[in-house]
Amino acid sequence: MGMTIAEKIIALAAGVPQVKAGDIHTVNLDRMMSNDGTTHLTVDMYHKKLKNPRIADPKKMVFIVDHNVPSDSPKTAASQKKMRDFAREHEIDFWEGKGVCHQIMMEHYVCPGELIFGADSHTCTYGALGAFGTGVGCTDLLYGMVTGTSWVLVPETVKFNLVGRLSEGVYPRDLMLTIIGEIGASGVSYQVMEFCGPGAETLSVDDRMVLCNLSVEAGAKTAVFQADQVALDWLEERGRKPKAVFASDEDAVYAREYTFDLSEIRPVAARPDFVDDVVPVKEVCGVRIDEAFLGSCNNGRIDDLRVGAAIVKDRKISDHVRFLVVPASNEVYLQALKEGLIDIFMRSGAIVMNPNCSVCWGSCQGVIGEQEVLISTGTRNFKGRAGHPNSKVYLGSAATVAASAVKGEICTADML
Amino acid sequence: MGQTIIEKIIARNIGRDRVRPGEIVTVNVDRVMLDDIMMPFIVSKFHEMGFERVWDPDKVVLIYDHLVPASQLDDIRHYKVGDEFARNYGIRHVHRSDGICHQLMTEAGYVKPGDVVFGTDSHTTTYGCVGAFSTGIGYTEMAGILGTGKLWVRVPETIKIVIDGELASNVMSKDVILTVIGDLGADGATYKALEFVGSAIDRMTISSRMTMANMAIEAGAKCALFTPDLKTADYCGTELDSFQKALVGDEEGNYCKVLTYRAEEFVPVMACPSQVDKIRAVSQLDGIPIDQVFLGSCTNGRLEDLVAAAKVLEGKKVAPYVKMIVTPASRKVYEEASARGVLQKLAEAGAIITHPGCGLCCGRTGGILCDGERVVATNNRNFLGRMGTSKVEIYLASPAVAAACAAAGKIISP
Amino acid sequence: MEEFTGNIWVLGDDIDTDIIIPTEYLALETIEEMKQYAFSPLRPELAGKITAGDIIVAGKNFGCGSSREQAPEVLKALGIRCIVAKSFARIFFRNSINNGLLLIEQPDLHDHAEEGEEICVRVNREITCGGMTYPIASLPDNLVEILQAGGLVKAMRRRNGLAD
Repeated sequence: MGMTIAEKIIALAAGVPQVKAGDIHTVNLDRMMSNDGTTHLTVDMYHKKLKNPRIADPKKMVFIVDHNVPSDSPKTAASQKKMRDFAREHEIDFWEGKGVCHQIMMEHYVCPGELIFGADSHTCTYGALGAFGTGVGCTDLLYGMVTGTSWVLVPETVKFNLVGRLSEGVYPRDLMLTIIGEIGASGVSYQVMEFCGPGAETLSVDDRMVLCNLSVEAGAKTAVFQADQVALDWLEERGRKPKAVFASDEDAVYAREYTFDLSEIRPVAARPDFVDDVVPVKEVCGVRIDEAFLGSCNNGRIDDLRVGAAIVKDRKISDHVRFLVVPASNEVYLQALKEGLIDIFMRSGAIVMNPNCSVCWGSCQGVIGEQEVLISTGTRNFKGRAGHPNSKVYLGSAATVAASAVKGEICTADML
Repeated sequence: MGQTIIEKIIARNIGRDRVRPGEIVTVNVDRVMLDDIMMPFIVSKFHEMGFERVWDPDKVVLIYDHLVPASQLDDIRHYKVGDEFARNYGIRHVHRSDGICHQLMTEAGYVKPGDVVFGTDSHTTTYGCVGAFSTGIGYTEMAGILGTGKLWVRVPETIKIVIDGELASNVMSKDVILTVIGDLGADGATYKALEFVGSAIDRMTISSRMTMANMAIEAGAKCALFTPDLKTADYCGTELDSFQKALVGDEEGNYCKVLTYRAEEFVPVMACPSQVDKIRAVSQLDGIPIDQVFLGSCTNGRLEDLVAAAKVLEGKKVAPYVKMIVTPASRKVYEEASARGVLQKLAEAGAIITHPGCGLCCGRTGGILCDGERVVATNNRNFLGRMGTSKVEIYLASPAVAAACAAAGKIISP
Repeated sequence: MEEFTGNIWVLGDDIDTDIIIPTEYLALETIEEMKQYAFSPLRPELAGKITAGDIIVAGKNFGCGSSREQAPEVLKALGIRCIVAKSFARIFFRNSINNGLLLIEQPDLHDHAEEGEEICVRVNREITCGGMTYPIASLPDNLVEILQAGGLVKAMRRRNGLAD
């Protein structure tokens, strides 16, 4: 019986020739990522709950401080210090303030065919390179850290056949929000979203990251693209080699299949407080905003900054809007500096912050107040996520966010 | 009997030939600066006092800087109160995310030589760098000025500080002012004006002078003054009139004290935890390990400061496990640093570059530390608990020293 | 002339405004919410112990640092009757007078006073403490006027023809 990409990755990690959905396997983890959201808890458990603990292979571990950078309180600083001291003591790769964890992982670690655990729900991003990345809690991460292994229940795969090509002014984020709107916030619970078809081939690795990253918002365990030439070229540019390049077999078993025609996708927005409450942007046009956010592991890459900068160029951000622009990593920031994008944002009146999770996480910078409205390229619009419990978050593409920042109300770029 | 600069400014302001130290006079205010953190208090006092209009809305500048970007929900209220006040009273000069108040006041041309300016922040002394009399006041007095355009002041005595010669290449004006504060003590100039003169001062850029005027308050001074010169005129985009040209301390002026330095004698120094006047040569502190470096603030967040740090960091990286946070003083500084490739150099070295604002210096966000951590910072205060807990050690230094420490991961002379 | 007694809290030199009320708490909506954090970097327990009518005795340069008027306001809200120090920083001095908080400069008291002692203040004349008498200077007239009006807000209300 044939296997899907996800099944092949798990089989390889489990050292078995064949797995099928529903099986439970012990797997060797290729890598584990932990950020400042929870690492201090993992470290506490490591010291307090285990006898004579040791780390199976420090080279498999990556610690990344990205959620609260720069630190906003002694408490935050203390938890980051705990993480830093632990990384130093155990010679674990340590990144601080260099970008959002998933972006750092993609830029520096993830390889096709790998099985990666991350103590963050958006670890599913790594499927953009044909890897199996999934979010776990800190107990799972601790187990993986000390044993180098874990168990996985092989998930079913749902096929998303993409055809056509996105129109001008429509972005992968519009596509993914449309898909989530269609299938719902639990549409693919505990399943793998496999993106394939001629439409998938038209997407860059950055585009694919947008899709995979948001898959958890439809309940997916992870999402995956086949590592095609586009992905392999991207990897080679960064001097890395794949662990294994898999394609799904002809006779692989899928739980369901969907087809989306990219050429039919239009700009959309998710309304507060649910990621799957997706409507055409036209339906929410005119909603007055207080803040706009361009950034996050979903939409803070160079393509997104290019889109945003092209819109705000030679324009001014509305007086009553705080427009936060937060590159996803230092690499993205440096590229944006080089291309003059940062200058464009600064001239427009935007607030350009250092690479970090920023208001997507609702802490430390750009929090919004009572009854305030934010339009965001972040991952989630849950109630109160960006600040006050009675604030509202709309999700949209970089283009929609930048255009809304200029107009002071939600709009599409062509309405400016 | 000659006059000091502050006496000349006050006398001209109140239409007299001269004033004497100790006299209490009422001055006419040329400009006021209101910052975000004090806004709700200023507005409520203004209403409590029963004023119906602002005496001259064009002389009022609102600047949001301590609370940008918002790190706590309370911060938002300050923006709302400020925006509403500006709307209701016709205040046009509002900066919502353009940088630190003191940088903007001079950089955006709100202050001219000889002006009398008050701000709701103690580092308002900064504008003395262009020969203005400027000082910090509380929110109640600010509310009073908003209604009346006037404030009583006691004419201060003046301490003259003479610095002749040329500073060594690794010495910045920060080292000079820290040394002077160490000599005067944290209360050595309380209620007095400082006047800086000499060939080393003449050579300094306006930015360097700004660093010194900014920190005058750390010796307790009411204000600090530099004689306006061609650089000042250029910086302010104006030609000096006869009054401004005459803002020179007279030879036979009534100085209560004169300190004289040779520029060549200054060395890189630090203010050690937790007093600004606890000054040691950097060489005496060599080898102390550090956790973080902060380059920024109204003291040392300008282009020349970023350039100095980038030069030290050229071809180097910030040491492992050490964070270097760079917070440019203003949007303009950020843009210029970008245009000159300075931000690129700093980011390549591994620095974390934030949006312009007060950042860590005001201790609300921007790199707060925890018990047992040590930071080398280019700002103006190292008070207990200012950047986190009372067990955080803050060393104040010049941008060049700070950058060298970032690369070394410990205190080291540049 | 006014006379009162109070128990004293003794603090050192250079008590800065960040110690009196750290920046972290400055954006709290009211002085009442803020006052519990007074002196927290130095003596976190102190704010809870101060009772109405207490007096602070400190060394030199009390109130140095920022212009935050919340500093004298929280002290007043805690019930501090007056502060006797070797010297005061100037912005803090003005802010205190404007809020009707009495400040007294006295060069010697701090060297002899012990925390918890009761002292007697005769305004513009002298302080007695532990059997010793310490002379104090008179305040300038313009400051007395503001203090007598009950602070600058009240003085301005009067100017604007409003009732106290």
